[in-house]
Amino acid sequence: MNYKRYLPVVIFLIIIIFIQLLTFVLKVNFYLTQLTMAAYYSIAVIGLCMLMGYAGQISLGQAGFFAIGGYTTAFLTTLNLIKFNDFGLIKFFHEIGIFTLGKNVYGNEILHFSPMISFFLAIFISAAIAFLIGIPVLKLKGHYLAMATLGFGTIIYSTVKGTRFFGEADGITNIPGFKILPGLTVSGNFTERIQNYYIAWFFVIIGLIILINLINSRTGRALRALHGCEPAANAMGINTSRYKLNVFVLSAIYASIAGFLLTHYNSGIGPSEASISKSVRYVAIVAAGGMANIWGTLITGLILNFLSLRGVFGSYDDAVFGIILILIMIFDPSGQVRNTFFNNNYLLKPFKKLIKKER
Amino acid sequence: MTIEQVIQYIFSGITIGSIYAIVAIGFNIIYNATGIINFAQGEFIMLGGMIAFSINKFLSTFIIYKSISLFITILVSIVITIIIGALLEILFIRRLKKPSILQMVVITIGLSMLIREIALNVWNEQIRALPFFTGNEISSINIFGAHISPQVLWVAGVTTLIVIILSIFFKYTIIGKAMRACSANKTSAILCGINIKNMVTLSFMISAGIGALAGCVVSPLTQTSYDMGSPLAIKGFTVAIFGGLGNSTAAVYAGLLLGILESFSISILPNAYTDVIAIIILLFVLFFRPSGLFISKEKGELKEF
Repeated sequence: MNYKRYLPVVIFLIIIIFIQLLTFVLKVNFYLTQLTMAAYYSIAVIGLCMLMGYAGQISLGQAGFFAIGGYTTAFLTTLNLIKFNDFGLIKFFHEIGIFTLGKNVYGNEILHFSPMISFFLAIFISAAIAFLIGIPVLKLKGHYLAMATLGFGTIIYSTVKGTRFFGEADGITNIPGFKILPGLTVSGNFTERIQNYYIAWFFVIIGLIILINLINSRTGRALRALHGCEPAANAMGINTSRYKLNVFVLSAIYASIAGFLLTHYNSGIGPSEASISKSVRYVAIVAAGGMANIWGTLITGLILNFLSLRGVFGSYDDAVFGIILILIMIFDPSGQVRNTFFNNNYLLKPFKKLIKKER
Repeated sequence: MTIEQVIQYIFSGITIGSIYAIVAIGFNIIYNATGIINFAQGEFIMLGGMIAFSINKFLSTFIIYKSISLFITILVSIVITIIIGALLEILFIRRLKKPSILQMVVITIGLSMLIREIALNVWNEQIRALPFFTGNEISSINIFGAHISPQVLWVAGVTTLIVIILSIFFKYTIIGKAMRACSANKTSAILCGINIKNMVTLSFMISAGIGALAGCVVSPLTQTSYDMGSPLAIKGFTVAIFGGLGNSTAAVYAGLLLGILESFSISILPNAYTDVIAIIILLFVLFFRPSGLFISKEKGELKEF
């Protein structure tokens, strides 16, 4: 077992617990709400980091997949099927738990899809769309790839904004919480704030561990080879189009899970989550984190999203991300400066000394 | 659908198609000189319209003749936008050494976000419009039973003029030829004594100027708002790809085709989906014929996508 690989994860976990205790001591519990949301955005961002940083394929459609996840569950868990409750099939589904009974704000009973089912449906739908879109899109390179993914993002944005049952410009609200286990619910309930903070980071860390393993595996090496030079990677026997497609689907699944969880946490979703500026924001975070650097991406994503959600940037919110993009691309496009800063060894230095002393 | 309706749709298609064509031409000019796509192209149109509106408001207080103040307004707004375009290039793009495509895409996207946000803070989220060049909102010309605004003729006329002037510029002037040389082969262009960096700046200036002119001409019809840039950029890119990147004359045909398709789609689908149609066309063209519809297949196979 390679412990070194997981040491940063453990340290990260300690930092997370420390932050929670800090907010408790400083009596700024409300910061946890933004931190939880930032955690969910981080899931989408680390997925994009895999695609953009490691495989070198720019995608301006990440918010589209985020919205697919969010809107799938929003639609399914607010769809009222109570009228059909007497039909045999629906009744059967209700009994085995595919549908659950809930109450809306007016106190009327509604029969909707169980969030657990919509969770898997959201993953399935976004993976299927990513697969179908990915086959032709990933043949393109450079500008063409950027524009095609941007076009995909715009299609999703215009569709959710213009379709009646997706709530048009208002979006969908009153989404029930996502019960993972009895007593553990993803919801925006103020009393469950601390619990939700940890649930969010649980998901982030699970996603992170999967990606860390992937990066340090044969697949990860193949992806980096593909980033370096595609024809060379092909010549080495790497099925580049297969790898590109797989990582595209993977990043779509990450985005869709992030969208799913954030939708349940906020108990609502609007078309702005699908907008182009959100996609560009994810790209900015990956670029700022050092491209092929999952820790850098995670940490910058957490900080920038947290500041943005706290409203620190005011009405220049998007402009800040634009400036970050420009400055980084002008002065440090390959991410050398940031990679040395966010390097595992750099971050682990103080801890390594500790470990040595103990021995 | 009556014949009058068909004509009406065609004319509204020509109007929006001309706008797309102008954006696409702006893309093509920069692409020809540098090989990059300027994602901030749509912002030039927005800036042109917005600056013109402010100047016109200022001028109309002491110039009585509407046409004179409009003329000065448009001229000044074009000049200011050209200066902005040149500044963008000099500040952000000139200093790059051997930029990768990813780098250029990301920088121009960043620029477009920056310009949009600054425009939001300088002006506000209100929708603005210049006055109609001739007549007003309700004046119309009757063509085969269809009623069109005289501004439509202005838009079509300006587009035609831009295409003619540009093709003369690129074919017969020495600077135009130098710019074409840059796109064909940079190293040889340097060996011929062409200052490539200045050519890139010039290409940004020309496309900013064209964008500003387009922004002024369409402002009475489509109104100007701070966020009009990026949808226009996507449509303009669709048209540029449709006609084949770098080919300005084909871009006009492609623009008119897309505009007419879009205006007919409104009669079948809700208005919110018009963007979707254009982008689905873009995706299909990208997947099956990335070299564009108006370029022979053999020529297209030589390019790399």
